[in-house]
Amino acid sequence: MIEMQDVFKKYPNGVTAINGIDVRINQGEFVYVVGPSGAGKSTFIKMMYREEVPTSGTITMNGVNVAKIKNKKVPIFRRNLGVVFQDFKLLPTKTVYENVAFALEVIEAQPKFIKKRVMEVLDLVNLKHKARMLPTELSGGEQQRVSIARSIVNSPKIVIADEPTGNLDPETSWEIMNIFEEINNRGTTIVMATHNREIVNTIKHRVIAIEAGKIARDEQRGDYGYEN
Amino acid sequence: MMNKEVITVMKIRTLGRHATESFKSIGRNGWMTFASVSAVTVTLILVGVFFVIMMNLNKVAETIEEDVQIRVHIDVAANAEDQQKLKSEIENISEVQSVKFSSKEQELEELIKSMGEDGQAFKLFEQDNPLNDVFIVKTKNPQDTMKAANQIGKLQYVTKAVYGKGTVEKLFNFIKASRNVGIVLIAGLFFTAVFLISNTIKITIIARRREIKIMRLVGATNNFIRWPFFLEGLWLGILGAILPIILISIAYYNAYEYLAPKLVGNFIQILPFNPFVYQVSGVLILMGALIGVWGSVMSVRKFLKV
Repeated sequence: MIEMQDVFKKYPNGVTAINGIDVRINQGEFVYVVGPSGAGKSTFIKMMYREEVPTSGTITMNGVNVAKIKNKKVPIFRRNLGVVFQDFKLLPTKTVYENVAFALEVIEAQPKFIKKRVMEVLDLVNLKHKARMLPTELSGGEQQRVSIARSIVNSPKIVIADEPTGNLDPETSWEIMNIFEEINNRGTTIVMATHNREIVNTIKHRVIAIEAGKIARDEQRGDYGYEN
Repeated sequence: MMNKEVITVMKIRTLGRHATESFKSIGRNGWMTFASVSAVTVTLILVGVFFVIMMNLNKVAETIEEDVQIRVHIDVAANAEDQQKLKSEIENISEVQSVKFSSKEQELEELIKSMGEDGQAFKLFEQDNPLNDVFIVKTKNPQDTMKAANQIGKLQYVTKAVYGKGTVEKLFNFIKASRNVGIVLIAGLFFTAVFLISNTIKITIIARRREIKIMRLVGATNNFIRWPFFLEGLWLGILGAILPIILISIAYYNAYEYLAPKLVGNFIQILPFNPFVYQVSGVLILMGALIGVWGSVMSVRKFLKV
């Protein structure tokens, strides 16, 4: 469960990115975060995986107050989250298999378990046959599937995705969405910032619209609501 | 108890993982590895050559120092009893290490020997030896030679106590100065090496800073990230020490084979190949490893604050 109470975020350069947000996202929900560029979407998402720290207010993720996590403990906190990025953020010198396995190696999982679990999630994203390839040998859509596989290999309760289809063509974007649907169907909470109007309007879920650092709209089965 | 064991086993397994990771990384970052190893190699050759020269100079200095002795000329008026008394008086001086008697006959023989062909002329003196009996005195510390000689000079039945006045002082000053200069130069070279190598390693790690950031985003703790880099630096340093060790060993072997026979009977000596070259190799490996580890640890540290 994710809960934000009275959250403000002001950057050192004086820009107020988040201007008082209260929101609650329950376990198993699928939420789109939409809004114009520069409205605070990215900051909203980044505070969830503690890339950014709120200036005031509390953010609780699975019962942990994110703002209070010490710098050193941040990686440990992130192990209970899956994060998917627009630019994939794969390790360029590691193979597909190694990229996914890395998330399990950091928690010092048993090698046998790692092997089994990595192949399982690679199967889920349909990349088992490319396990030994390097990211540079894959298409954008395939790289994003690796990134998704890595985000769920730890079986996190929450997956946060920051514009996961932003760099992909429409057809590949649908493939990626199908994978997120599948993950959500297994009970994982998904929070996804997106600019993809078609997807939001077709696969209906809760929509939180952020404008000028505030929640402008929060609708169950909402629409994208902006002209792209 | 059980828990503790499990934790230890996990740690060893993780260490194995880090080692494998570091080896893979060396292979995958081919050119960067080459650059770092080359930097280590070049600097260690410089350090190594300089170290070898310094150690040998030191050895020469030590030999010369040990050769310094006081020759105490004994008055011809002294009988055996007086000589014995004088000997024990000299031995009682705190700076003195040993006193050796050399009769005037032995002295003449030495003189004749040292002059070679020309020495034959002195054979005439064998009947009427003009030399004195001598005590050859060594001090515990070569620096105390002058002090001891002065004290001995005041004793009864001593005509003179000779120790190469002036020359010895100059020699000691020279040795002291060259040692200090050597230490400064080696330290300077060492820091240059550290700077050069850690800079190269830093560049290789900067190239991977995105990687480090991603690792943290995926939940790797700083220690987990640091270990493979630490080990990689260690391997790079050790790899970089191999060529310098081979080159210096070969060069020193040849230099020793060439020089040693020429120096026989001379008071100047160079250090024998074994164990000196092994010691130098040890020093170079240790330096390579230290510099490699230091360079990588310092560089990674910068990027671990994501």
